[in-house]
Amino acid sequence: MKWTRRDLLLGLGGLPILGAVWWAGAATSVGSRNKRTEILEQLNIKPSLPPAVPAIGGEPVRIGIIGFGIRGEQLTRALGFATDEWKEEMRLEAEEDPNNKRLEDFEKQEPLNVKLVGICDVFDVRAEKFINSFSTDDNKIKRYVTYKDMIQSGEVDAVVIATPDHWHAPMSIETLNNNVHVYVEKPMTHTVGETYTLREAAEKSDAVFAVGHQHRQTLSFGTARDIVEKGTLGHVSLIQTNTNRNDDNGAWNYDIHEKASPDTIDWEQFLGSAPKVPFNKNHFFRWRKWWAYGSGLSGDLLTHDYDRLNCVLNMGIPASVSASGGIYTHNDGRNVPDVIQVNMEFPDFSTGSSQTKGKEKGMTFCYSATLGNGFNRPTILMGHDATMELGNRLTVWPDGASTRYADMLEMEKMRPDVPIYQYDPAANATDAVSSATSQYFADKGLMWTYIDGVRVDSTFLHMREWLSVIKNGGNVSCGIKEGFDEAISAHMAGLSWKLGRKIEWNAASQTLKPIEGIDFDQVLLGNENWNMQPEMVG
Amino acid sequence: MNQNQNKLKASVTLLRIFIGWHFLFEGVVKMYNPEWTSFGYLATAQGPFEWFFTMLIGDATIGWVDTLNIIALMVVGVTFTLGIFENIGAIVGIGLLALYFLAHPPFPGLTQMNAEGNYWLINKNLIELVACVVIYQLPTGKYFGLDYLRKYKLKTQEQ
Repeated sequence: MKWTRRDLLLGLGGLPILGAVWWAGAATSVGSRNKRTEILEQLNIKPSLPPAVPAIGGEPVRIGIIGFGIRGEQLTRALGFATDEWKEEMRLEAEEDPNNKRLEDFEKQEPLNVKLVGICDVFDVRAEKFINSFSTDDNKIKRYVTYKDMIQSGEVDAVVIATPDHWHAPMSIETLNNNVHVYVEKPMTHTVGETYTLREAAEKSDAVFAVGHQHRQTLSFGTARDIVEKGTLGHVSLIQTNTNRNDDNGAWNYDIHEKASPDTIDWEQFLGSAPKVPFNKNHFFRWRKWWAYGSGLSGDLLTHDYDRLNCVLNMGIPASVSASGGIYTHNDGRNVPDVIQVNMEFPDFSTGSSQTKGKEKGMTFCYSATLGNGFNRPTILMGHDATMELGNRLTVWPDGASTRYADMLEMEKMRPDVPIYQYDPAANATDAVSSATSQYFADKGLMWTYIDGVRVDSTFLHMREWLSVIKNGGNVSCGIKEGFDEAISAHMAGLSWKLGRKIEWNAASQTLKPIEGIDFDQVLLGNENWNMQPEMVG
Repeated sequence: MNQNQNKLKASVTLLRIFIGWHFLFEGVVKMYNPEWTSFGYLATAQGPFEWFFTMLIGDATIGWVDTLNIIALMVVGVTFTLGIFENIGAIVGIGLLALYFLAHPPFPGLTQMNAEGNYWLINKNLIELVACVVIYQLPTGKYFGLDYLRKYKLKTQEQ
């Protein structure tokens, strides 16, 4: 048998094609992998590991809930207790959208060693809902008329405070003084004065104090810290962080319950230290819109962004804060701004430098917010060597003029438009997010984190950590120091907006630099537009 | 007529090699990239068979799905480029492309994901699928490919 050249050409002609394609495919794959490995080895970034906390052993922690509104319900779910109404609502949502896994996620949540023993809510409907949902024959839940009754009852080991802001500090202080553990929502305080009193109470108390900045549990933030510490970004001179919302829920126009009336709401108790105004449902359900009870964008949402970055950079309280903005999108009687820009200055802070010593120092943290547009502006850290986008996902791009990566950029091993590092713990998970507001929180890493590709509620992790510290000792990740930084920074922003001037911090004396003739707390609490009432300044 | 036949054979051969090329490259790139997974493609599946594709993404199955996908791509790629057992390759290719098509069908009302163009009912997956049908019906390995040598061998044995 003899094959001619023609036979071989026609018979084996496919072989070189196969060889060429194979080679090209393998080279493409291996080549890009090698390039990436080289960059990653140079960066040496360690993705953070899931938090491991010692078990919450022994007798269940007896918990009382103060405030069972929107956030109170969420916190109670993080403890492992959901109302029947919520379960039914989620079941229907899941029927409509099979990607909605909120009920499934909740049911899979690891049980915590806790017992709900008491509820304190000034709205009868909410207190009754709590009791109807969680009270059993073995465990009768008690309703306390005032928070003091609950704290002093000796029947609760720990309380969760999810009330309007003006109640956070008075309740926390009373609780700590009774050596009962506290988990309080942010912002930690409503005035500058309270911030010091609460710090003192927390330091003196034997109880564990935690502030509800649950995003401190987000895994990507630990990785982000490593990225910054390794000098990946070089000297960060500017941080941009934003709030963009464009819906009623996001603008705090929550539903007003049909059963709300002076008969079902203890109005006096709701008001507390706030100005005595007649019963007002709008104030009760939408308290975030007034300085008397809430803290506006600076206390409500800036605090999330500030603490997220303080968790990554540990930059502390800014040397000065300037804010501007106004009520431009929801002129509905509110007195907190709905558009605000806050610039926080950190002149002595540095994340390290790849250039001549002393050339780079100082950073501005810029928070920009509107409640009238939902375009997603991500959080970015801008360094001389690289830019990082921070959220549940992390992306790092080299800067075209970087000193550190100059060689790699010249050799075209790096390009400014191609990320050199990406961290996406959610790569293997599909997410269904129900509302615009939850999408806003989810993108920022405020709602959940991912452990081994599985979505975990970060509030659950945050509460688990608090409970574990109660039983085993140790430190919570957002305690009084972090809460103090957050509260002072937020108050500086609020004051700056109200006064229309720069507010400065004296780091040595740990106090705000006084302004002649101005009582900061009076300004913060003032319910009217401060600039219009110069006579109040005296 | 004979001349037309030859032209047709040449065209189909070219079609076969190009499709083989395409499949082979996809298969090799995935084979040499240990991090590749079809998870994202399957997890975002839409249309009437969404349930089926989301069923495949479980921890126990996804590894098998990925491996089988690479093997199937390579089978089509190797048989088409080499020109041998191309009818088997064509059937595997038709099956694979049908799955790709059904996972993200270009039906009105569905958001186009993982698609680089605009399609209505027909997309490139479906066109390539039909091309595989042509290759199944008009085998060209005997004309250009390893089958040519088999044919040659058979002929010499007959003589």
